[in-house]
Amino acid sequence: MSEESFDMHYVARLARLNLTEEEHVTMGSQVEQILGYIKQLQSVEIDETIQPTAHPIPMSNVTRPDAVTASLDQAKALENAPLQANGLFMVPKIVE
Amino acid sequence: MNKDLSFHCLQNQMRQGDLSAQSVLQGCLDRIQAHNSSLNALIHLDAKDAMQQAVQIDQAIQRGDNLENKPLLGIPVAIKDNIAQLDQPMTCASKMLRQFISPYDATVTRALREAGAVLVGRANLDEFAMGSSTETSFHGVSRNPWDKDRIPGGSSGGSAAAVSAAFCLGALGSDTGGSIRQPASYCGCVGLKPSYGRVSRFGLTAFASSLDQIGPLTLKVEDAARMLGVIAGHDPKDSTSVKAPSEDYVSGLGQDIKGMKIGLPSEYFVEGLDPEVRRAIDVAIKTLENLGALICPISLPHTEFAIATYYVICTAEASANLARFDGIRYGHREEGKDPLELYNRTRGSGFGEEVKRRILLGTYVLSSGYYDAYYLRAQKVRTLIRQDFERAFEKVDLMLTPTVPSTAFELGEKASDPLQMYLTDIFTISANLVGNCGISIPCGFSENPRLPIGLQLMGRPFEEQKLLQVAYAYEQATQWKMEPPL
Repeated sequence: MSEESFDMHYVARLARLNLTEEEHVTMGSQVEQILGYIKQLQSVEIDETIQPTAHPIPMSNVTRPDAVTASLDQAKALENAPLQANGLFMVPKIVE
Repeated sequence: MNKDLSFHCLQNQMRQGDLSAQSVLQGCLDRIQAHNSSLNALIHLDAKDAMQQAVQIDQAIQRGDNLENKPLLGIPVAIKDNIAQLDQPMTCASKMLRQFISPYDATVTRALREAGAVLVGRANLDEFAMGSSTETSFHGVSRNPWDKDRIPGGSSGGSAAAVSAAFCLGALGSDTGGSIRQPASYCGCVGLKPSYGRVSRFGLTAFASSLDQIGPLTLKVEDAARMLGVIAGHDPKDSTSVKAPSEDYVSGLGQDIKGMKIGLPSEYFVEGLDPEVRRAIDVAIKTLENLGALICPISLPHTEFAIATYYVICTAEASANLARFDGIRYGHREEGKDPLELYNRTRGSGFGEEVKRRILLGTYVLSSGYYDAYYLRAQKVRTLIRQDFERAFEKVDLMLTPTVPSTAFELGEKASDPLQMYLTDIFTISANLVGNCGISIPCGFSENPRLPIGLQLMGRPFEEQKLLQVAYAYEQATQWKMEPPL
C-alpha cells in the first residue's frame, strides 16, 4: 500500500470527475500527503478475531410492512430537474 | 429585547401573554439585519414566511388553543442548509445545488414545526458538510462573532455563529466528525451530538451515513435538552434510527451528580493541547469534583489512529453518497454529448475542491486492489477504537475532554493544508466512529485574544440523559457569560 501507486487520472475517471490540469497537480500532491498519513494504519496490530465495524449500532435486515403509502407526486419530483419534458428527466442520447 | 433568552423564560412570558412570538422573532430579525452581512451565518432568510409562522402562533395563544405539547412554541430556529425544509432552498453550500428547492420536510424539520418552532433561516456550512471552518462554502466563509477575523468552526459554523449572535435561539446542525461540537466550542455555545440512531437522518443530505447525526446548537444546556426531546425518536423513513423509547431529557436536569464517575482519557491530554485550553479544562475538572463527581484516569489506546481511520471511512462513504449528484435528476448540469461526458463535466464543475479531494480519496480506498489495505483495515481499527471505549465505559459514566485542542483559528490559516485542518478533529471524531453521544459546553476564555473554550463530555450510546445532567450541573455552577462583542 504505497501512495506512489496513486494514479490520479485513473481515480478521477472512476469517480466521474473532470479535473483541470492545475487540479491534477495540487490535489494529487495533497491526496498523496493524506494517504501518507493514513498509512499509519498499517502499524496497528490486528489479530484474526477482530471483525470490521461497518456501522456503530449493530442491526440487520430492517424491514417495513409491504404496504402502499403516499409518496412525492411526479410534478414535485421533477421540479428540481435541470431538464425535463412530458413527465420525464431529459438525458443525452444513450443508444446509437 | 429581553435579556434572558432561555426557551423556558421566553415561553413562560409568551404563554402568559406578556411577550409575543412576533416580538421574539423581530428581535432576531433586527440582529440579523444588523450583523449578518458581516457574519454570513445565514445564507437564506425568508423573513416573511418566518413572521407568518409567528403570527399564527400568537393567534393560537390568543384563541386559547391547547398548546401543552409545544415545547418550542415561538422559538426562532435556524436549520443547517443540508437539512430539507419544504419549499425552501437547500444548497448544501455547493454550486451543485445552488438552485435546489426542497420538495419535502426532513423528519426533524417537521418535528420542529409540530413543536411550535419558528423556522427563521438557513445556516451556512462547509460544502456538503466537509470541512472544519465553513471556508469551503460556495456562499463564502462565515465569521466568528467573537472575532470576525476568525472562523466559526465547521461544518455547522453558520448554525453556531447564528446561535452565538442570537440570530435565532436554537439551530440544527449535523455532526459527522465533530461538526456540531467543534463550532459550538469555537463560538461559545452548546452543541449536542446525539448517539448514532437517536435522531432520524431522513431529509439530511448524506455525507457519511455510518457517522452522520443531526443535533441541536443552543445557548443553554436545558434548551439543547428540549430540542433533543423534539427531534429524537424512531422514524420508519430512516432504517438506522433506533427503536428506543422517547425520553424526557429535561426533567432530570438539576439532579445532583454526586458519585458520577467521569473519566479523563490520558491520550487526550498530551502535547499539542493549547496551554490556555488545558488550564480551562483543569479548572472545569475541579468544579465538577466540587460538585461531587469522581474523576478517574482512563485510557483509549488507539486514539492516535482515529483520524486516519475516520478519513478512510468518511471519504469512502462520501464517494458513494455523492455519486447521486450526476446532473440528471436535480442540481447543476453541464451538457455533454453522452451521459458519461455530462457526468464528468457536471461533477467537475459543480463540486468544490475539498469535496473533490474527498471523493477522490474515497474512490481510491474503495478501488480494486486497495480495498483491503485501506477500507477494510480502517473498519477493523474502528472495531479496536470501539473496544477501547467499551472497556473504558465499564469504569466510568462519562468522559471529559477538551472539545478542540485550541481556540478558533484565523481565516485562511489552515485553508491550504487539508491535513492540518483534519487534525483539529482529533478529540471529536471517535464519538462518531463509536456512536457515542457527546456535547460541547462553554468552559471559559483564552486571554488575548479573548475567545471561547469548550469542554466535551461523552457518554455511552443512548445515555444522553446522564450527559445532559452533568453538562447542566456544570453550567449552573459556572454561569459563563457568553455574549459576543458585536
